[in-house]
Amino acid sequence: MTMEAFQSHSGLVIPFNRANIDTDAMLPKQYLKSILKTGYGDWLFDGLRYLDEGDVNTVTSTRRINPEFVLNLPRFLGGSILVAGENFGCGSSREHAPWALRDFGIKVVIAPSFADIFYNNCCKNGVLPVQLGSRTVATIIEEVEAIEGYEMKVDLEGKTISLPDGKSINFEIDESLRQQLLFGLDTISLTMEYKKDILEYEAKHRKAAPWLFDNSLS
Amino acid sequence: MSEMTPKTLYDKLWDTHEVTQMKDGTSLLYIDRHILHEVTSAQAFQGLRDNSRKPWRPDSCIATPDHNVPTTGRHSGVGGISDPVSKIQILALDSNCAEFGVREYKLNDIRQGIVHVIGPEQGLTLPGMTLVCGDSHTSTHGAFAVLAQGIGTSDVEHVLATQCLAQKKFGNMLIKIDGELGQGVSAKDMILYIIGKIGTAGATGMAIEFSGTAITALSMEGRMTICNMAIEAGSRIGLIAYDQVTFDYLRGRDHSPKGDDESQARQSWEKLHSDPGAKFDAVFEFDAAHISPHVSWGTSPEMVIPINGKVPDPAEQSEEEVREDYSQALKYMGLNAGQKITDVQLDRVFVGSCTNSRIEDIRSVAEIVKGKSVAKTIKQALVVPGSGLVKQQAEAEGLDKVLIDAGFEWRDPGCSMCVAINSDKSLPGEHCASTSNRNFEGRQGHGSRTHLVSPQMAAAAAVAGHFVDIREII
Repeated sequence: MTMEAFQSHSGLVIPFNRANIDTDAMLPKQYLKSILKTGYGDWLFDGLRYLDEGDVNTVTSTRRINPEFVLNLPRFLGGSILVAGENFGCGSSREHAPWALRDFGIKVVIAPSFADIFYNNCCKNGVLPVQLGSRTVATIIEEVEAIEGYEMKVDLEGKTISLPDGKSINFEIDESLRQQLLFGLDTISLTMEYKKDILEYEAKHRKAAPWLFDNSLS
Repeated sequence: MSEMTPKTLYDKLWDTHEVTQMKDGTSLLYIDRHILHEVTSAQAFQGLRDNSRKPWRPDSCIATPDHNVPTTGRHSGVGGISDPVSKIQILALDSNCAEFGVREYKLNDIRQGIVHVIGPEQGLTLPGMTLVCGDSHTSTHGAFAVLAQGIGTSDVEHVLATQCLAQKKFGNMLIKIDGELGQGVSAKDMILYIIGKIGTAGATGMAIEFSGTAITALSMEGRMTICNMAIEAGSRIGLIAYDQVTFDYLRGRDHSPKGDDESQARQSWEKLHSDPGAKFDAVFEFDAAHISPHVSWGTSPEMVIPINGKVPDPAEQSEEEVREDYSQALKYMGLNAGQKITDVQLDRVFVGSCTNSRIEDIRSVAEIVKGKSVAKTIKQALVVPGSGLVKQQAEAEGLDKVLIDAGFEWRDPGCSMCVAINSDKSLPGEHCASTSNRNFEGRQGHGSRTHLVSPQMAAAAAVAGHFVDIREII
């Protein structure tokens, strides 16, 4: 389960000025039928991006594009950094949502706040969630909307964002998540370094609470 | 920390399961129970396969298909699934469980059902445990003083491989509801009211404990409804202290401890409450007597109003962002500011989901619709029991007949129209009174308009064709 590494990224910024963008919106239910881990990019924000309803078998090229949705606006095509409102990624725990962001080509999501499960899921898939103050986010969104071709550089090593006007913004991220993202570490291998501790704990726990080791399921 | 320091329930569960703290400061939390379903497990099993890994403790796992199962034709098992893509997903769960030695309640097993219904029902959810599942409503199990949380698929794979979740501890939040609920007001109304007050991000980064006399007065079913929707307040974890009600619910269930194990377990369970003086990072207090039956009007679970309330006016909101959200929600829902919620004409009614599909929920619906009929304007009224055993119990009580006579469809267990992955859905523009947990855009079908309510309110709405104040008819 190696994570996709993330060191730094420069790209076009897409403003999505809405709060409480949920994971159902990012990747609607009908695509949860897929048992694969990739191939979700065409379905990102499906209900907003297309005017018709799609399914796993629908050929994307036959679908009716919603010309008003931000991802479809010509000036934002090829964008890879999404800036959104608070509580981004709320709702369902589906990791299909960050898979869809990743497959679409989104490398960074910037928001004033994120839902817990989604935040964690993003880090596991090389999509960097950056939390900034709500005023800063609002200012970025205003600038992105006003200035055509607005690009920024997000550097995880230095925890900075470089804006087109030469200014830079610092951000914070949990140090362990930063290391995992920087080096694309396999979290299972990291945990297995503590195998002895887990075994010792398990033996003690089994003795203290034998009813939790109901072997009738084995 | 000294042994004398008062601890919260969350602190206690955390402390007894923390294996170690890793070099980077993240803790390894030992997981006692892992529940799996078809939609978020296939990629995790594939990850194990790709890396030649095996589950650490298959006997800690239980699997069942629920999200993507049809709610008709269950007797034919997998053969009864007409959608070939869905069939592949269900078969993948079957073969993964067989390959990795995980026990599964298959599609036509009487014990099959919604993951958050079957865990407690089988006694597989026990006080003092840590429990995970690749589903955000795993918070439900916290009603049993269980440290239960939803995880993504990468973590499903991680827990399968290591029996641990790598995590940092959340903060402690207390939500205390004292007083008595009014007649006709249920646990669902309580939690909708709370989410309306603290917002969908109100408890982000926190583990919520629900306490107070209005909580302890609830049945286990009601408590599960409360903890189920902790995630809709932003928290992965919703907890309620252990008490006699917990013990009575679990006693005699298939996997509940028996004999000496039971008495030893009970002794340890008695400690599963927050100590007097335990420190919480945030505290909210509410009075149950102030809670009316609630209905959601918008596209987020915080957009709720009392049944006698009116749809809010975006122009009256002080924050610009809220004004925009409200306008967008009204547009999507096809509602007007100031409209009475009782005036909304309904098209469908859905009773089910991990929030409200237990026997008590079905009984309360049957009680209200007995001898009455679903309004002619309602295109479909569905009742989807949470498990095969709930269905069996309801049928033994004759509830299925009451519901069918009233014009409801009586289905086989699964998540159904809460998540609308299968063919149970609302059509574009249709208003659905739903006992589920999320009213997001498109949640119950492309363009669907969901109104979250209690089972009682859904039942009364089915009969009237629109929402009514349940307190006026009982």
